[in-house]
Amino acid sequence: MELIWNLCEILFIEVAPAGPLLLLLLDWVRLHVCEVDSILADVLGSENPSKHESFWDSVTRLVLQGRLDEARQMLSKEADASPTSAGMCRILGDLMRTMPVLSPGNTQTLTELELKWQHWHEECERHLQDGTFVSSPHLESLCKIMLGDEAALLEQKNLLSNWYHFLVTRLLYSHPTVKPIDLHFYAQSSLDLFLGAKSRPEPLDNILMAAFEFDIHQVIKECSIAFSNWWFVAHLTDLLDHCKLLQSHNLYFGSNMREFLLLEYASGLFSHHSLWQLGVDYFDYCPELGRVSLELHIERIPLSTEQKALKVLRICEQRQMTEQVRSICKILAMKAVRNNRLGSALSWSIRAKDAAFATLVSDRFLMDYCERGCFSDLDLIDNLGPAMMLSDRLTFLGKYREFHRLYGDKRFVDAASLLLSLMTSQIAPRSFWMTLLTDALPLLEQKQVIFSAEQTYELLRCLEDLTSGRPEQGEPDQQLQDDDIEATKVEMLRLSLARNLARAIIKEGSLEGS
Amino acid sequence: MEEIYAKFVSQKISKTRWRPVPSGSLQPAETFATGSWDNEENRVLLWSTGDLGNLDSDGGFEGDHQLLCGIRHHGDVMDLQFFDQERIVAASSTGCVTVFLHHPNNQTLSVSQQWTTAHFHTGPGSPSCSTAPCTGVVCNSPEIVTVGEDGRINLFRVDHKEAVRTIDNADSSTLHAVTFLRTPEILTVNSIGQLKIWDFRQQGNEPSQILSLTGDRVPLHCVDRHPNQQHVVATGGQDGMLSIWDVRQGTMPVSLLKAHEAEMWEVHFHPSNPDHLFTCSEDGSLWHWDASTDVPEKSSLFHQGGRNSTFLSHSISNQANVHQSLISSWLSTDPGRDRIEITSLLPNRTLSVNSLDVLGPCLVCGTDSEAIYVTRQLFS
Repeated sequence: MELIWNLCEILFIEVAPAGPLLLLLLDWVRLHVCEVDSILADVLGSENPSKHESFWDSVTRLVLQGRLDEARQMLSKEADASPTSAGMCRILGDLMRTMPVLSPGNTQTLTELELKWQHWHEECERHLQDGTFVSSPHLESLCKIMLGDEAALLEQKNLLSNWYHFLVTRLLYSHPTVKPIDLHFYAQSSLDLFLGAKSRPEPLDNILMAAFEFDIHQVIKECSIAFSNWWFVAHLTDLLDHCKLLQSHNLYFGSNMREFLLLEYASGLFSHHSLWQLGVDYFDYCPELGRVSLELHIERIPLSTEQKALKVLRICEQRQMTEQVRSICKILAMKAVRNNRLGSALSWSIRAKDAAFATLVSDRFLMDYCERGCFSDLDLIDNLGPAMMLSDRLTFLGKYREFHRLYGDKRFVDAASLLLSLMTSQIAPRSFWMTLLTDALPLLEQKQVIFSAEQTYELLRCLEDLTSGRPEQGEPDQQLQDDDIEATKVEMLRLSLARNLARAIIKEGSLEGS
Repeated sequence: MEEIYAKFVSQKISKTRWRPVPSGSLQPAETFATGSWDNEENRVLLWSTGDLGNLDSDGGFEGDHQLLCGIRHHGDVMDLQFFDQERIVAASSTGCVTVFLHHPNNQTLSVSQQWTTAHFHTGPGSPSCSTAPCTGVVCNSPEIVTVGEDGRINLFRVDHKEAVRTIDNADSSTLHAVTFLRTPEILTVNSIGQLKIWDFRQQGNEPSQILSLTGDRVPLHCVDRHPNQQHVVATGGQDGMLSIWDVRQGTMPVSLLKAHEAEMWEVHFHPSNPDHLFTCSEDGSLWHWDASTDVPEKSSLFHQGGRNSTFLSHSISNQANVHQSLISSWLSTDPGRDRIEITSLLPNRTLSVNSLDVLGPCLVCGTDSEAIYVTRQLFS
């Protein structure tokens, strides 16, 4: 992958012109074909380097990679070791030293370089013709390589190990000033020569060929097919898009290709159990469809713990995705209610500012109270604080609990007025009025008069509202039974209210003093 | 603080803890444990940062942390504590609490004890025993206290198979963290913004004290007690607010400090230098709060890439007269006098910093961007 990436960098992004192109390609090959270093270390580390079995191998590899200085040093060792070939080594070394290369800061033009190189080439040729290296086959083949002789290069197939190395070496020694547009001719012929007629090109070869042909879209297409995930193509396309290279090619889905690939990649990330956090950032950078995709994906992340849920919610809140926050909180709150964690459910509905759910939770509390006669989770209800305002039902719950507290503290007058206000202000659910009225009973029966006449009239009115609005429904038997209990309650209430009214009127009628 | 070393470990780190140094030892902490989360297979790993190899200027290898050993862990690691030199207690998202034992001679970890149903949900809608994540663990040898999303508090003793004491339904919401106040007392924080103190000497299932803010009930995520003054407690909340409480007095926090922009995951007082406090947060930053009052040396706390800012603390205290000589700098109510210096320790913002731990001059933290940061020269 790095191979392809670096090649794309050289060809598409740096857009190297004729001279430096070769140098960059040489660097590329040196970076990626690096067995030579380990072999070299072996050879140099041994006692007698020039007698090492891989000596000539390593020298050849160095020459193939264009590392002529190092090759010269190796040759000097050979010269020291065997005086007979010293002369030849020296000559070859000189040739290596004088090979003209384009140095980065040099101001010589390409034509100059071309001339010098031609001159040097002819000199090498002359030495070969003169038979200077006849007595040493190794040195002779080295010279041939330096002349760019294809046959000689092909002989070293196993040292070259792949066709792009062959290509670069061939260019180095036969066309050092190759122009970018000519590159693919040489690439194609190198591929054919190297592979021979038998073997078919592999996907990697196709990708590299497409790169040499400067066909960006083909490269991307081939990579998409060859690689198992979208990581490479997404990042490569993004890089090319930032260099504004994709617009120059007109494909019918133009600049959206980058976004398409990024979306694919990010979606892939979301299906991973832990990389979804990275996917979020990728979606952020897709201007058109990113947000929508994120909204869809983020709701579907499995939430196993509250901590994970909190992280997901934070991501949503940072991007103002209130709908998603709501739906996630609702899911969590429902789970909490099912697990009997009413406090958690309430805190989730507060976070989502979900009044409807808060009402649900309060109804649950009230139901518990009706069934058991006492409140569960007093710590929660007592300490609701400003969250009480979230929903009417919740406020009612808080106030009702306060009523109980006041009653417990024996502050009956306050309790009474609170109870009355609960009923008259309409925040008590209808179904609960009976319970409230029943709660009023002990207050009505107290020795001292607690409810004033006005308040008693109010209570009477509420009772009338309640009893008159009772619809006839349900099974007759059940209804009869319920009715019995209801009827008794109502009777008792009416009796108490009447008595209280009497006492209140008397009390208010007889004012002390004036 | 000079160098901070990062290492990418290809798993999201949820907790990091230093191994306690033997008392009386002068060496800085060397070994730390990490727990991972959100992987299909989570691991508890033990690392060493000792000066391995050469001490010369060999660049990156000095101070780099090396993996010693690891063991598979079922479920996310929700909390991690060192029980003693060799044992680590881990709380899992499956509701299980495990004690791991480290064998130093062959550098392996093994499971020494496990309580698999420490935390579970029971309710009308849930199946008979559905698991609940265990969110917090604190140890005080030989006791281990755990709290979880089921609102339950468990008191375990090592080598006892069953829990010594369980308080069911201690809270109707999730308990996020727990710490010891004095030995028989613990303090828990929950997701409706309350601190509750429980006394294990009492038989009932009610907390002995409840403290909370009167404003918005913001969930509290972490808590730590001042190492010397057992009544001073710091908590971090979901809105990134740091609160300092005095549990003896009143039910309100002593000071509220606006800190991070997102949930604060951990807060720690420095165990030997309690004027220093450290917090880490979902917004990817780790802050060092310095409340020590010697001002001239503070200007030398510069380092590469960090923000250096001075804050005035906002105090909302309802005690008018507090005895000045006993007060720690955190409880001080004079905004003009004490200036807390806050430094951000991580060089660049990353994903959430989930956990941190300090011991002596060493600090370790773990993040969601799969990196562990260590520094061993915190106060240089």
